[in-house]
Amino acid sequence: MPTLGSWGRYPHHPQTPHSVGWPFEIGNAFSRIQGAGVASTLGYGCGRSYGDSCLAQSDHVIALAGMDRVIAADWQTGVVTVQAGVTLDGLIRIALPNGWFLPVTPGTKFVTLGGAVANDVHGKNHHVMGTFGRHVRRIVLHRSDKGVCDCSPAENEELFNATVGGLGLTGIILAVELQLRAVRSSDIEQTCIKFGDLDEFFALSSQQDSKYEYTVSWVDCLAGGKSAGRGHYIGGNHSAAGELKVADGHAKRMPVDPPFSLVNTLTLKAFNALYYQRQVRKVVETRVSYDPFFYPLDKLLLWNRMYGKAGFQQYQCVIPPESGRDAVAAILRETSINGAGSFLAVLKQCADIKSPGLLSFPKAGVSLALDFAQRDALNTRLFARLDALVHEAGGRLYPAKDAHMSAHHFQSAYPAWARLESLRDPLLMSRFWRRVTS
Amino acid sequence: MSKKNVLIIGASSGIAEAVARRYAEQGSNFVLVARSQAKLDVIAADLIARGAKGVQTRLWEGHDTASLPEIAGFAWSALGTVDLALIAHGTLPDQPRAQRDLAYALEQFRTNGESAVACMLALAGHFEAQGNGVLAVIGSVAGDRGRGSNYVYGAAKAAVDALASGLRAQLFKKGVHVLTIKPGFVATPMTAELDLPAALTATPDRVAADIQRAVDARCNVLYTPWFWTWIMRIIRFLPTAIFKRLSL
Repeated sequence: MPTLGSWGRYPHHPQTPHSVGWPFEIGNAFSRIQGAGVASTLGYGCGRSYGDSCLAQSDHVIALAGMDRVIAADWQTGVVTVQAGVTLDGLIRIALPNGWFLPVTPGTKFVTLGGAVANDVHGKNHHVMGTFGRHVRRIVLHRSDKGVCDCSPAENEELFNATVGGLGLTGIILAVELQLRAVRSSDIEQTCIKFGDLDEFFALSSQQDSKYEYTVSWVDCLAGGKSAGRGHYIGGNHSAAGELKVADGHAKRMPVDPPFSLVNTLTLKAFNALYYQRQVRKVVETRVSYDPFFYPLDKLLLWNRMYGKAGFQQYQCVIPPESGRDAVAAILRETSINGAGSFLAVLKQCADIKSPGLLSFPKAGVSLALDFAQRDALNTRLFARLDALVHEAGGRLYPAKDAHMSAHHFQSAYPAWARLESLRDPLLMSRFWRRVTS
Repeated sequence: MSKKNVLIIGASSGIAEAVARRYAEQGSNFVLVARSQAKLDVIAADLIARGAKGVQTRLWEGHDTASLPEIAGFAWSALGTVDLALIAHGTLPDQPRAQRDLAYALEQFRTNGESAVACMLALAGHFEAQGNGVLAVIGSVAGDRGRGSNYVYGAAKAAVDALASGLRAQLFKKGVHVLTIKPGFVATPMTAELDLPAALTATPDRVAADIQRAVDARCNVLYTPWFWTWIMRIIRFLPTAIFKRLSL
């Protein structure tokens, strides 16, 4: 039997899949799993969650990637209803030729719609469009205790709110009705601006964010001293006219697991320096296809393998505006003191746009994401210090990327967790949820 | 590549669905045949959303060979001409059970061998009268040489292979093309519980892309993905004295 895991490959708990290709087979899957004496399970899509939020406490998951059909599509209004196993990539392929695009997209297109809802994902346009869940009109759930339930802001509202960002714990998501966003072209008008330090980033962000629907910044987290916090600010808008062309499917595949992590201090220093210097001019404007703009890492399929078998952890936090600048500076300082540079350090200003989701991650402030190759002292040393900084600054961590946060930090950052717990499907339990609620 | 009139028997199989999606994007018309109306309804809605011009469905049980002439008649009257007929139904037998249980073994042989052969025979006359089109059938690399680990399935697929080969020679003279598709390991619901070697396992869409190309290029026999051509060449030419000692 093949096994499944999470994107970061840490913690390592191989999951036994029970594949379901049709919505009416879920009930049987529940009975089969219970009949086999397994106490809990969890829906599993593409396994793009980084930590343990996609791992069942029992290590038996219901694999839903085969449920990838369109149920209905209205190309006049841009409302689509799809099975939860449809990937963002699959939906773009169908919608873009008809002039529609995802209202919100994370940095990979290889997540399922069910996963996008369960994690209430956000993207480079959070400051304009908010989270994914704001554009979801209806969710069809199959609960082990109540059967199939429709929920929307008008019907079963509490269950709807709990399911958006509910980490897949409120029932198996069967289908999602989504309002797409109209586009005139598959291209993005991109502006890339170099900045020399963190203060320059915050200044740029406050001047420029209103000009672009999409903004994100990359930071050279290995640069110290005067250039600490230097990086590139990237803004983009959909082109006003042009072709509606789906990107071709060619991607390179990381072929094998290297015997050790290819991401180490040496390669990181070289990469970061090169990446920062790739652009000589201060401001560069280009027109690019949506694919490299939104999904640069998808070009290298299975890039998580770069970190070797031990895997990696991402540290993603959001810090409120009043403490954002100092907390980010302190986090970057702490990271570089530890010599634990990150391959990708991404900064993004989030706006105060409320999501229906009870446990939605983004809130007003600055979000910072860092990747670290997995090693023994990561959780006890570096992350313990970063957690203290984030907690003190009134920030919080992103469950979809987390493999370490304490129950105390989680419960104080997400006070609505108890309401989700009361609406949880009794048969569904993830390793993440057990860790942060017990 | 332009829109086509497509008949698929076994339309809810993983490979068939992936093929249908590709033709749907070109605005094709379909007659889909499978044994579950609930699945047919879901697939029909999906294909329409992906661009299919029309989809008609017919229920059919794989053992019911007697109703095949009527189903073929329905397809031709619904579509006018059939540009592509794909026979894609099948099961993956539990070989150890087939070795113990004769009735089960023969039932599996009927589903994968006899019933696919019956479909080809039932469609052949219509194609012959039409004088064009492609009749494609999903065989398997397992049909190339009976292996100790799955010879019931292999024997059924070998029957499909031999019939398709003969039919190809006969229909060629009438302007009709017969394509035998031999997939290797494909990640479909049929193989979901098997521990397939990841490097050799293809997605249904990859296989569907190869099938679409092979239909357009009027290929005779398609191994998909391509490396199975070479793997099977080696397996076919291994001397029996060696082959029977291997645990394949």
